[in-house]
Amino acid sequence: MSDNRLSVFKTYKLYVGGKFPRSESGRVYEVTDSKGKWLANAPQSSRKDARDAVVAARKAFGGWSGATAYNRGQVLYRVAEMLEGRKDQFVREVADAEGLSKSKAAAVVDAAIDRWVWYAGWTDKIGQVVGGANPVAGPFFNLSTPEPTGVVAVLAPQESSFLGLVSVIAPVIATGNTAVVIASADSPLPALSLGEVLATSDLPGGVVNVLSGRTAEIATPLASHQDVNAIDLTGADTGLAKELEIAAADNLKRVLRPQPVDGAADWTADPGTHRLTAFLETKTVWHPTGALGVSGSSY
Amino acid sequence: MASAFEYAPAPESRAVVDIAPSYGLFIDGEFAEAADGKVFKTVSPSTEEVLSEVAQAGAADVDRAVKAARRAFEKWSALPGSERAKYLFRIARIIQERSRELAVLETLDNGKPIRETRDADLPLVAAHFFYYAGWADKLDHAGYGPNPAPLGVAGQVIPWNFPLLMLAWKIAPALATGNTVVLKPAETTPLSALFFADICRQAGLPKGVVNILPGYGDAGAALVEHEDVNKVAFTGSTAVGKAIARQVAGTDKKVTLELGGKGANIVFDDAPIDQAVEGIVTGIFFNQGQVCCAGSRLLVQESVQDELLDALKRRLTTLRLGDPLDKNTDIGAINSAEQLARITALTETGEAEGAERWSAPCELPSAGYWFAPTLFTNVTQAHTIARDEIFGPVLSVLSFRTPDEAVAKANNSQYGLSAGIWTEKGSRILAVANKLRAGVVWANTFNKFDPTSPFGGYKESGFGREGGRHGLEAYLDVR
Repeated sequence: MSDNRLSVFKTYKLYVGGKFPRSESGRVYEVTDSKGKWLANAPQSSRKDARDAVVAARKAFGGWSGATAYNRGQVLYRVAEMLEGRKDQFVREVADAEGLSKSKAAAVVDAAIDRWVWYAGWTDKIGQVVGGANPVAGPFFNLSTPEPTGVVAVLAPQESSFLGLVSVIAPVIATGNTAVVIASADSPLPALSLGEVLATSDLPGGVVNVLSGRTAEIATPLASHQDVNAIDLTGADTGLAKELEIAAADNLKRVLRPQPVDGAADWTADPGTHRLTAFLETKTVWHPTGALGVSGSSY
Repeated sequence: MASAFEYAPAPESRAVVDIAPSYGLFIDGEFAEAADGKVFKTVSPSTEEVLSEVAQAGAADVDRAVKAARRAFEKWSALPGSERAKYLFRIARIIQERSRELAVLETLDNGKPIRETRDADLPLVAAHFFYYAGWADKLDHAGYGPNPAPLGVAGQVIPWNFPLLMLAWKIAPALATGNTVVLKPAETTPLSALFFADICRQAGLPKGVVNILPGYGDAGAALVEHEDVNKVAFTGSTAVGKAIARQVAGTDKKVTLELGGKGANIVFDDAPIDQAVEGIVTGIFFNQGQVCCAGSRLLVQESVQDELLDALKRRLTTLRLGDPLDKNTDIGAINSAEQLARITALTETGEAEGAERWSAPCELPSAGYWFAPTLFTNVTQAHTIARDEIFGPVLSVLSFRTPDEAVAKANNSQYGLSAGIWTEKGSRILAVANKLRAGVVWANTFNKFDPTSPFGGYKESGFGREGGRHGLEAYLDVR
């Protein structure tokens, strides 16, 4: 290929309801690399975009939460497969976004792909780990089962634009929640590209919705939205996190506060299960067992 | 109404309990007066008799109690789990020994029938301590990672509907995991918590591990706000729960909230009607309906509605309302004049909005706070009495035709604490239970509780679970 060929730029767009809209506001903002060089004009999402994304996420919740855990695992694994094939693109975008060398960026992308694989395996295991039969003192079969909380607003970490992003999205949807994700404000491009991967990974439209823009502008209406069930504040600074937590109290959203680890963010550490359990409800069902009496004893 | 046959009075003896004329706050192992010397009276809701005068905690007392709990925390949390377990086993045993005394006390202070305190509250209280005692030395194996750490000082605020049981739900897991506690009982029912303080002394519990602060909402708010409290556990109204969620925003305090409910009790046309009627009665008239997980909305399949309501009304006319200490009493007193006023106002709203009221024809005693078992028909989902928690012996009846409609109506609520399903068909139970957005679902039964069974809500019924292995998480530093 000749060096003087004019390359084709990509218009980065939001990912909402399985489609790739621009911001309804028509606004964009300049995204630069770590040295200040212009990379792209990203959509600057509005409150209306946030609300549209909630509608899409709510619409997708029934189907996704009702899918079998096995199926969700397959879909998450498919995301890893799709990413593997587009690794070069993400290495380039992460290197630009985070100012990393090519090899360091490659390690980050590898870890992100592996994270999808890790959570793909969790979908059909977490239920047994955190649920189970409870030995009540009476003739009842009593079973506790985890269920997804619903629509989760996710403030992706500001620094780790891709590994951190994947680390907060995957656990939310692994258990059957749907997500409205606010990408890193300064480095949204890997997140917007991830939307393209998700769209081709058999993930139903609306399960993950990706918005770029000013974090506070998008997060504020989400935190007070009455049809959002939970909020992950990872990408919020201390002041914003407090403000959003107060707004979230209005309909008692489940709140995952920024964790001490998130700041310096060693996103390569073993993620554990807390990001899965933070967005799970426990349902306990009591069933009478009756009794067969002495003659019915199996001994 | 004239019963088919009269029962002779069968009152439980009050002699088993000795209520002192006054009680102090329990701080650092000692009973003490409030810093500002304030006191309040606690009355028996069934007679309005003043039972005792109790010290009323204020912000200064909260501070003193939190400091005492903080001092006690270091040693208590460092104790081997097996030693903490033994203290809790001791407490469980002493509660069993003194259970009749405590049952009578609870009935006097709360107004609920002795049959309930004796057969439900007290056995569950002892069982809860016994259960969590066993966890204290097994936390490494609870699935929260190796050597999970306690949080520190737990500030706990509990309601008046199950005073001692809510205390047990709060204190047992907190102590088992190595936390120390400051607990505020409700202002209308402080006595059993103060008797519990005495049980802690009998058990030799180290000073400051448990502190009890009778008082009003201001003391609760001061406790929640106190900067040296690491954990807030609250059971009560959704409005207060939201205020607490706002208060703790931006802090490191861990919170669990167990709030209101508007439980749907769904009866399908193939349900055994007599059994369902008993379940409906248990669901909404247990503890005068002052239960957060009460089955306060009856959803009945249209084809059996008339038959079911006839049977239900017939059953309600046989309920015995009166002296809570009488062993034959089914319906006791409403806990306070304030609560009675709230129930009365909401039922008046129900009538004003066009629902049809039916109350069991029973005579209400002249003194005390009473409300006859009541049900409303012609209720729509938009009615206030179908949406707001009444917290009283009032049932709203709605109907449905298909299972889908039943599920949609059941889930049409800001709350999501409990639900009931009545049907003979096993697969339908599982299908419906699966779709209900509620933390506890009872199939062909209602209002069953057990220390091993996690309890707590979805949506605006709060978050976190009490009971079972799940209940440990609320008191451990788990990330």
